[in-house]
Amino acid sequence: MSDEAGAGEPLSDHQKREIAVWFLSNAPAGEIHYVAKDVRALLGDDAVYEAAAAEAFPEYNKAHLVSLELPDRSGDIIISTYGELDKNNYLDPRTAQVTTVDHIKQTCTKLRPAADEELPSAYIEEFRSALDVELSKYVAEAYPKGVCAVYCTNGKDIEGPGANFGFAVVISAAKRSPQNFCNGSWRSIWTMEFNYELQFIEIKGKIQVDAHYFEEGNVQLDTNIDRKDSTIMQSPGDCAVSITNIIRHHESEYLSSLEESYMKLSDATFKDLRRKLPVTRTLFPWHNTLAFSLTRDLAKELALGK
Amino acid sequence: MEAAMDLMRRMPPGSAETALNALLSLLPDHSLDLLSQVDLPLQVTPPPVTAGLPCASAFWVSSPWKSLLGIRCSAGRRVPFDRVVFVTKCAFVASGAENFCILFQVCMDKENMKEYILCEYNRDADSYRSPWSNKYDPPLEDGTVPSDEMRNLEIEANEVFSVYRDQYYEGGISSVYIWEDEDNGFIACFLIKKDGKGTRGYMQIGSWDAIHVIQVGPEEEGAAHYCLNSTVMLSLTTDNKQSGTFNLSGSIRRQMSMTLAVADGHLVNMGKMIEEMEGKLRNSLDQVYFGKTREMVCTLRPPPEVLNMRLPDS
Repeated sequence: MSDEAGAGEPLSDHQKREIAVWFLSNAPAGEIHYVAKDVRALLGDDAVYEAAAAEAFPEYNKAHLVSLELPDRSGDIIISTYGELDKNNYLDPRTAQVTTVDHIKQTCTKLRPAADEELPSAYIEEFRSALDVELSKYVAEAYPKGVCAVYCTNGKDIEGPGANFGFAVVISAAKRSPQNFCNGSWRSIWTMEFNYELQFIEIKGKIQVDAHYFEEGNVQLDTNIDRKDSTIMQSPGDCAVSITNIIRHHESEYLSSLEESYMKLSDATFKDLRRKLPVTRTLFPWHNTLAFSLTRDLAKELALGK
Repeated sequence: MEAAMDLMRRMPPGSAETALNALLSLLPDHSLDLLSQVDLPLQVTPPPVTAGLPCASAFWVSSPWKSLLGIRCSAGRRVPFDRVVFVTKCAFVASGAENFCILFQVCMDKENMKEYILCEYNRDADSYRSPWSNKYDPPLEDGTVPSDEMRNLEIEANEVFSVYRDQYYEGGISSVYIWEDEDNGFIACFLIKKDGKGTRGYMQIGSWDAIHVIQVGPEEEGAAHYCLNSTVMLSLTTDNKQSGTFNLSGSIRRQMSMTLAVADGHLVNMGKMIEEMEGKLRNSLDQVYFGKTREMVCTLRPPPEVLNMRLPDS
């Protein structure tokens, strides 16, 4: 954020907009509408709010892998940079459709079949759809409310073996419980390069897990990790299985690692911050002034010793 | 104001200061309300000696509302304030992550060689009053000071609270500030700042900041009414290659009101209330931080044991 204006000067529209965009971009998963309501009230200037929303919402939707229902109710589409054809149009590779999106309302307004140039070649599609099928099985099994998508990021026009191509896998799961003052999201993005020459698939992943609890307070969990792996090139079906297994393995491992972090922080760090009771195993003797002077002298001694 | 407080409940706790500054810019007429209602992690100014700050040198940047601190890392790169997570005694830069800078802001009362915590309650203009010497740093000619009666109570409160702090926190810093209220009552603010140790190799950091503000009503028939508002801000972080970045931070607030006999003095009453409150908050924190957020993670992606139980159904 840029430096604030001096105390007395009113804010320029540009500064107000910057502030609004900052608030909107930092909204926790699933809460942008609440934040938007607050920001709009605070700004008191609809024109500035609308400009800020137009800037912040698309980025927020892509970063949080927001999933929207397709207009013909055939399923959900994930809003991500991989499927972005232009600012308001997104491709759903599974159903080969393109939808127009209203970012601020978070709805799909139009739907059309994807044009041939927008889709991968039959050769690439074989790999893509095999992976999509395996992945969907995994996601349905591992995530109570997860969605996923597989995109071809480069080389989509390759007609046959001989060249390299790349895919991106996106998994997004969200839980909204505003009545319990709790929201959370899991996002994983796996990118893979299929290297024909080396007959090798290089896989990289980034997993992000967030949670927000806000009853009488504001507690946020913010975690992420990067992972790498690889496997050999095989038939589309076999690639799909092996890639999905790799993803499954890393994601389960991350879950255990999160559990472990919780245990370590709870056992070591938290306990180290404040004891449940003093060493004396009794409450502090507020009444006893003799105890004060004794403990005071003791404290002084301890302080000198430090 | 409601919209502003709702926003503060949703913004990342680590960016609380940035969010507050943004709100202050948008609502200059509500600055007093905002400054008194929004809790930020406690701040302390850097000690004059920079030993213990191995690869950073601190500098001051003033803003209309608070003196903010910037850190220049060894690479000569300046870290923006909204990336500053929290403060600890041994300031160091976390594993090459230019975004995580940890800096200690404690003001040293040079007369008494004791540290004190900076907050709204001991600030006047850009200076802060030490509860030990009762003087402002940087010096302020007409700085507000409590009355003699309040100052005596303040002195005793600081001493006793310091011992309490030592018993429960085995370290840390505490400060108490007391000043008169309008209707012959007074307001006392008890602050504690404790930073956990980082374990070498496996970077784990925790910090606990507690703010207890007690509004004490005038004495009537040997009793007084105490209204306690407490906030504890807790931040726990690990960051390494194996397990990635794990940051759990935030705050919890609670309120407690009691009418008590003043026979043993105000300090005893306030002390007991705070002790009880901190105990309750510590349990809540345990439940919320390690309970609710963990529950959310397991809801998003249940661990294998839970899945296996479900397979027969599907």
